[in-house]
Amino acid sequence: MTAVIRALGAFGRFWKDFLIGDAPELFVGTLIFVGAALALHHHGDVAVVVLPLIVIVFLGGSVLRGRAKS
Amino acid sequence: MTTSTVVLALAVFGASAVEMVEALTIVAAAGVTRGWRSALEGTVVAALVLATLVIAVGVPLARLVPIDVLRVVIGALLLVLGLDWLRKAVLRASGHKALHDEDAIYAKAVADLSNGAEATTGSAAARSWKHGRRDATGFTVAFKGVFLEGMEVVLIVITLGASSGHLALAAAAAGAAAVVVGTVGYFVARQLSEVPENAMKLAVGIMLTSFGVFWVGEGSGLHWPGSDLMILVLVGVFALTAAVLSFLMRRIAPSREAATANTGPSR
Repeated sequence: MTAVIRALGAFGRFWKDFLIGDAPELFVGTLIFVGAALALHHHGDVAVVVLPLIVIVFLGGSVLRGRAKS
Repeated sequence: MTTSTVVLALAVFGASAVEMVEALTIVAAAGVTRGWRSALEGTVVAALVLATLVIAVGVPLARLVPIDVLRVVIGALLLVLGLDWLRKAVLRASGHKALHDEDAIYAKAVADLSNGAEATTGSAAARSWKHGRRDATGFTVAFKGVFLEGMEVVLIVITLGASSGHLALAAAAAGAAAVVVGTVGYFVARQLSEVPENAMKLAVGIMLTSFGVFWVGEGSGLHWPGSDLMILVLVGVFALTAAVLSFLMRRIAPSREAATANTGPSR
């Protein structure tokens, strides 16, 4: 039982580290990106511009945040 | 072979090569200090476990989950991973984060594994190798090194392979990278520290981010102009973004030299 709990804990930690790591803003940005993609899929012209922009904005913000931490 | 297939193979090959360089450093340290037999056995077993994971998870995923759902979920995973690699590569390129120093990692691993004067002189390793004995520490360290570094490769192979219907190609690209890095590592040994790891991570981060954006869009029902060719446009857009960010970070926020080398495991 303890081994199972330990394994589950390690599995959870792996995914937390993978998805969030030291840049939780990128995880939030990805969720917003997915939401925007689902909302805009009928508006192709807008989505083609907005979706990459969302990525650029969150990447820029995360880099600035990383610089502040360095 | 379509554009997206070529970019997919390049992305998997690059990601796998970067992770394999890091794994090789650990395996080499284990081999030199604890004997090559156990280190190589640990490496082979880890590679087999990783390959089994690809087959056990990737094949059912590709067959059972509806393709649009798969693309949204997998695209989001690729986006998280790609953006993280891109962020770190930009910070390293602009001097705000220490470069990954394979020499320092190797030296630290050798020191940790040497476990005192006996192994420092090489006698433990020599005995182990000479008598072909198994060494549990050498096996475990090599296994963990290859397994942990390989997990990201497995995720990339499964995600890119399953969402594009090219799981075998993705696995082959990862396997080819492992063979190339292993062969080069065997012949040039320590010179692997001269591999431009950050540039490779930057390139792979750009490709993973582009695939992530593309797949989430496709999965949510968006029709990208130019279809697969849009991946190349996205690669260009994010490459330009990374270049501009690196430039701005150097100009606006001049770097203090990253004080110490990063000797920890990297993502």
